Amino acid sequence: MSDGAKNTNTEPWGGFDDPPVQGSGSAVIDMENMDDTSGSSFEDMGEMHQRMTEEEEEGPGGAPGEEPGDDGEFLGMKGIKGQLGRQVADEVWQAGKREASKAFNLYANIDILRPYFDVEPVQVRSRLIESMIPVRTIAFPQKVAGELYGPMMLVFTLVAILLHGMKTSQTIIREGTLMGTAIGTCFGYWLGVSSFIYFLAYLVNSQITMLQTLSLLGYGLFGHCVVLFITYNIHFHFLFYGLWLLVGGLSTLRMVAVLLSRTVGQTPRLVICGTLAALHMLFLLYLHFTYHKMVEGILDTLEGVNALPIQRVARDVPVLAPAAISVTLNTTLQTLGALLQSH
Amino acid sequence: MAEADGSSRAFLGLSDVSISEDIPVEGDISMPPTSSSQDDGFSTLDEPVKDTVLRDLKAVGNKFVHVLYPKKSKALLRDWDLWGPLLLCVTLALLLQGGSVDSKDDGGPQFAEVFVIIWFGSLIITLNSKLLGGTISFFQSLCVLGYCIMPLTVAMVVCRIVLLGGSGTVSFVVRLVVVCASFGWSTFASTAFLADSQPQNRKALVVYPVFLFYFVIGWMILTFAPAQ
Repeated sequence: MSDGAKNTNTEPWGGFDDPPVQGSGSAVIDMENMDDTSGSSFEDMGEMHQRMTEEEEEGPGGAPGEEPGDDGEFLGMKGIKGQLGRQVADEVWQAGKREASKAFNLYANIDILRPYFDVEPVQVRSRLIESMIPVRTIAFPQKVAGELYGPMMLVFTLVAILLHGMKTSQTIIREGTLMGTAIGTCFGYWLGVSSFIYFLAYLVNSQITMLQTLSLLGYGLFGHCVVLFITYNIHFHFLFYGLWLLVGGLSTLRMVAVLLSRTVGQTPRLVICGTLAALHMLFLLYLHFTYHKMVEGILDTLEGVNALPIQRVARDVPVLAPAAISVTLNTTLQTLGALLQSH
Repeated sequence: MAEADGSSRAFLGLSDVSISEDIPVEGDISMPPTSSSQDDGFSTLDEPVKDTVLRDLKAVGNKFVHVLYPKKSKALLRDWDLWGPLLLCVTLALLLQGGSVDSKDDGGPQFAEVFVIIWFGSLIITLNSKLLGGTISFFQSLCVLGYCIMPLTVAMVVCRIVLLGGSGTVSFVVRLVVVCASFGWSTFASTAFLADSQPQNRKALVVYPVFLFYFVIGWMILTFAPAQ
């Protein structure tokens, strides 16, 4: 048969610029028996293919150059809706499959993150220790490790420690769950404050990338983990403040020194370092006081429901201090506990 | 010809609807269906349901045994399935439910919380081990981590039984010992399977999140106190 139309289309299924109406006698294959009622169903494609093959086999007298599955020429008068619908369905199916493959390959795109996890245990350990040691020189930009394994593990460790603290203090979370709160807080801090610092760095023209702020802040959480781990187990008010200043201060100084070395100008330095220091120290204070009540007895966990909620027993300070001081401390804590309960 | 190309391209998509595109597939899909007598060995659609269920249960039970005696075997990895982890997760979540000190407020983890922790934690560990260059596949890792929760589930059952007898210091000590032992067992069992898939010097990097994960679950079990 003569193809009146030139095939100028580029789509695989024939395109819209084929003449839609063919003469009824032009097609060798008689499509009148085709079931047109199903407009666009994918299953019909298989049926159509099968029928094509059968008709191919049984029609040896057909024009040799005529492909039964010829898209452009195949829109016989009878089957216009069905055929067009089927081809559209086919194209939609192809497009959908492509999109699904792309979306599935997103899973393989964790390879984007792969270089940031390329660390050795020795490196992680040395970076953890370095995060507590402020650098001496701020004359030239200090190196910041751009890895995400250490920060992520530290965030999860912090979550576990928070959970430990929440459980022993029986924090009752009304909306949401303990786990949800802990994870939300820690990840929110890490991601949110990193982004904020990166934004500030962009404003004050600091030479630091997002990955580096994530990494820096993540390793700064090491100090938090240490402090919280100690003070959730030893309820010593002044110990917490001392550790807060010492450990928190050291890790803050380290981060601040790195930022100072990468920023030029007095005011920008003040802005970014002040913000970071404030957020970092305040976060530790927040974690300590929100998820942990000061005078909590671990006896609550030991005795379970036998201890009435009102009856909180101050935990005795372990023998770190001479007896007199611990006795004083215990009475102090008990009075403080009574004060707290009244609020 | 262009039309032939167009048509064959249109039907090319049909022939590999469920096959990946880089494997060229050829064949005649209009073959009439043959009787299934010649491929009894591979067709499991026609066997009685009892056979299927029993076979799956045997596979699950086999893997439980592998967890109980963790030695480096490939069976757990090769035939992974997620029935066992699901069963264990649901059991653990049900057992952990309803624990609260103050019955008015909910101090214990909800079912959904435990479920989410277990699956989300397994997902994170799997992603971590893949990012660190592990050769284990995603579902294999989920399978291993799920099956290795079994000692902790056993510990939960034991803790509940112990708590029936009162909740004093002795019971706490007993529970602490049981939970610590099962936590160590779980971690050891899962590293026996997971660590093989990592490069030699990075095993510690993979083991640590597993340790944290089972620690969190163990902590939930230990601090469980039933409602009055």
